[in-house]
Amino acid sequence: METISNNLHPTPPAHQRTLSASADQPEGLRPAFPAHQRYWNEYVKEIADDRYFYERSCIRQTFFPGSEAAFLKILRDELGKDIRDEVNQHTCTGIGYHSDIVPLETTMTIVARLFSLMTEAGYKNYVPSCVTSFGVFSEIVHKWEEQPALLEKTRELLFKATGREFEIPENIAHPSDIIYKFRNELKDKMKYRLVNRYTGRPLKVVDHIGCHYAKIFPEKGIGKAEFPHVLAGMVESWGGEVVDYPERRHCCGFGFRQYIIQENRGYSIANSKKKFESMEPYEPDFIVSNCPGCTMFLDKWQYVIAEMEHKTYDKEGYGIPSLTYEEMAGLLLGYDPWTLGLQLHQVQVEHLLDKIGIEYDPDDKYRAADGSLLPSPEKPNNLQV
Amino acid sequence: MPEFGFSISKGRTIDFDLLDSARTAALEGDDSGLIKCMDCGTCTATCSAGAFSDFSIRKIHTMFRRGQYDGVAEALSKCMLCGKCTLVCPRSVNLRHAIIRMRQTLRTSVPDDDDLRHYLNVL
Ligand code: SF4
Ligand code: SF4
Repeated sequence: METISNNLHPTPPAHQRTLSASADQPEGLRPAFPAHQRYWNEYVKEIADDRYFYERSCIRQTFFPGSEAAFLKILRDELGKDIRDEVNQHTCTGIGYHSDIVPLETTMTIVARLFSLMTEAGYKNYVPSCVTSFGVFSEIVHKWEEQPALLEKTRELLFKATGREFEIPENIAHPSDIIYKFRNELKDKMKYRLVNRYTGRPLKVVDHIGCHYAKIFPEKGIGKAEFPHVLAGMVESWGGEVVDYPERRHCCGFGFRQYIIQENRGYSIANSKKKFESMEPYEPDFIVSNCPGCTMFLDKWQYVIAEMEHKTYDKEGYGIPSLTYEEMAGLLLGYDPWTLGLQLHQVQVEHLLDKIGIEYDPDDKYRAADGSLLPSPEKPNNLQV
Repeated sequence: MPEFGFSISKGRTIDFDLLDSARTAALEGDDSGLIKCMDCGTCTATCSAGAFSDFSIRKIHTMFRRGQYDGVAEALSKCMLCGKCTLVCPRSVNLRHAIIRMRQTLRTSVPDDDDLRHYLNVL
């Protein structure tokens, strides 16, 4: 069982402490834990220790191609865990499902097929890379628990379609949960810290948790929806400081229906803009998210806002870098920024790398695996690169 | 600028710290009873002026109560003071009276628009 760091377990005021173990109470009546600790136990989450079955994300591999590779490397090489990267895996249907294009029965059967791959490989701990998938799996398993007939129907549909059978995972954890769980082990292996080397002060980090991580099923997220600690815990452990700005819990604006229809994208970007405006006065050094959509939109909408309104949210006009948690962990562990795929971000990261003191070769930024130089991308009109 | 095919939607957040509610306070002390309004919209549903246009008396007095006065004076000038809204209000708000008071209060804020001032002067 993973616990949340102590700053989220404040000792409650005296009037709320009446149920705590106290010398005044007869021994048999004393509770095993103080009241506030029992209350906060609701905010912790079971995360498996080892033997994970990994499911990749459709969009992360396109937008942050180094992140999933970094996660697998961290688990295998740094933590020595067993994690399976199954070659026969496929979509979870998340975007189609939430856009009402894919019906529930289809989604359930596809989820069941993914579980059957896990069962076949002999694993019980399911780790979906994408927060949308995490929400889909949590929802489908919840539905099956509530309505066993649906589970039976799904078993039948899967068997008829593919001849396969499956077990429900014993544990479903998001990769960010796992990095959170082992954040202190990783800290000991890190080459850099989230500290500004010019000022010696902690870097100011905006943490953004995907809505489908803990807003659909709050108990599935570390700290639930009210005190999401999954990214804040990493940032604090690794030397940074979390920015607690007014719109911290606000959606990034991705929302499948807003985004998929071009004319509706104005709603999507309006949400991100609200967040940028709210975080701007705190002068954050970077944004870290655990959802592919959030990382992408908090990155790319900065370019669109700069084009449309000539506005950037940092002082120099470069924008605020938006990283995945694997990229953040990978950078601190000393992985090469260009192998991590940071050149694919819209807001360029060199300023951040310089602040942390990370070594990199600018000439390798657009170098292909075979050593040849790729063409550099076009420069935006307003956002500095 | 590239052609994006969409624009940034305007936020709908109401920041009460930024609103000027001075005129609202005067109306709340008035005997129209507007302070009892529960925003049910019955007044809008019965309004003759609203039946064939986007004129919504509920929206107008809600904006006024919030201190969002932009466009309210112009909108209020479209009311013909028939009083149907007053008859149907489940909270017995004397809306006709409130409309006259809102017009009086806003008169001073439209000094450059003679037509609008004329309408707001019609009691
Ligand atoms: S009918 Fe009365 S209570 Fe309902 S919105 Fe109009 S003024 Fe308010
Ligand atoms: S008094 Fe004005 S707002 Fe009320 S019903 Fe008549 S036209 Fe509509």
